[in-house]
Amino acid sequence: MDKKTKSALVDPLFNNNPIALQVLGICSALAVTTKMETAVVMSIALTAVTTLSNLAISLIRNKIPGSIRIIVQLTIIASLVILTDQVLKAFVYDVAKQLSVFVGLIITNCIVMGRAEAFAMANGPRLAVWDGIGNGIGYSLVLLVVAFFRELLGSGKLFGITLLSPVTEGGWYTPNGLMVMSPSAFFLIGIFIWILRTYKTDQVETE
Amino acid sequence: MAHSTPYTIFFAGAVSVVCGVLVASAAVALKPMQEANKTLDQRKQVISVAGVACAADATTPEAINKCYEENIRPVVIDLKAGSIDAGVEAATFDMQRAMKDPATSAAAPPNDAKVLRLPKNAKVYQVVAGDEVKSLILPIQGYGLWSVLYGFLALDADGNTIKGITFYEHGETPGLGGEVDNPKWKSLWPGRKAYDASWKPAIQVIKGQAGSPESAPFAVDGLSGATITSNGVTKLVQFWLGENGFGPYLSNFREGRS
Repeated sequence: MDKKTKSALVDPLFNNNPIALQVLGICSALAVTTKMETAVVMSIALTAVTTLSNLAISLIRNKIPGSIRIIVQLTIIASLVILTDQVLKAFVYDVAKQLSVFVGLIITNCIVMGRAEAFAMANGPRLAVWDGIGNGIGYSLVLLVVAFFRELLGSGKLFGITLLSPVTEGGWYTPNGLMVMSPSAFFLIGIFIWILRTYKTDQVETE
Repeated sequence: MAHSTPYTIFFAGAVSVVCGVLVASAAVALKPMQEANKTLDQRKQVISVAGVACAADATTPEAINKCYEENIRPVVIDLKAGSIDAGVEAATFDMQRAMKDPATSAAAPPNDAKVLRLPKNAKVYQVVAGDEVKSLILPIQGYGLWSVLYGFLALDADGNTIKGITFYEHGETPGLGGEVDNPKWKSLWPGRKAYDASWKPAIQVIKGQAGSPESAPFAVDGLSGATITSNGVTKLVQFWLGENGFGPYLSNFREGRS
């Protein structure tokens, strides 16, 4: 793996994380992270969409007329999202139901559109695919970290398996109600960004 | 680089056609699987709102189907007359389809639940043990804030005491109106009464906390931050309990005639 490929894949994890540094895609990060299961499916769905849209757009990047490029990108992304939604409804119906509108809202997720416009339009298909996977995983990483703490502290479970037996079922753990509400995701993402910027001081914005 | 106008139009057309074919073929190819999932999910909802004993352990499709077939008897009723209509095959009757078909439905009278059309026939589920009907499950639907909520309301054999409520399809805001799915909220319903002393639909979702079923038999806690969805639930439940909904059937049922 040469240097360029590696940076396209690895940079979005910590150095240029779409959520932590670019602060994109926060909406779904709040909504689907109450459980690990929904977070995992959402992560896979978004990674698939960014990868495929980057590939498709990169392949036809020299043919797309500049005047309609945004709408062409959007058409391709929207089609892929509908495709993903249909596949989820056919194979993992329960999870698809919980994700409800958020799969459809991948269309408006700035990560997908941002990578298509900023990277896929200017690079070859091979690099674009790595970039799509990298950004998808970067997004997934934050989603999974947030979902891990929210499900564990909010319901005492991971992947629906009870780890901290809650008081309501005769156990000892009092679930933290805040963790199942959306604001807790803000706190967790904030803490994630704080830790990340403590180690990577170049990410701190100058005042 | 600059492209000519005809090329731009051609390119836009080509992209549309390719994307359109892709999306359409996926939708058609996956439809049977999605429909099967939907039926299974509905059966799961029916057995869980019915509170039958096997519902808790039924996780595989086979177990859900078995539990459903052993405990549930779907019957098709004539909505207006409130009597069982034996002329319609209950297993295959699709109430949603019947509601859309002009031949089997009519425009609904103006109502708060924003139900536009009423079917001639409706499907209710009887929870049976042997020949005895233990409870009734009624399909309910109506408008919330963003979307139509589809669900079931379970009533005890007295046709009045609520045994449970569930919504299997809606597009309300997750975390706010979407909390109609919350098991904790749904657990507030059982034990409350659907009708008051003069058999008018009385159950409603109020603002704030309602208290125990004994102290507040006709009220359920509102969903905080979701007043419009809460009101929608009140309106749709009352509509389907009322004279245009299952009112006639329930009064016949209470008198032991169906």
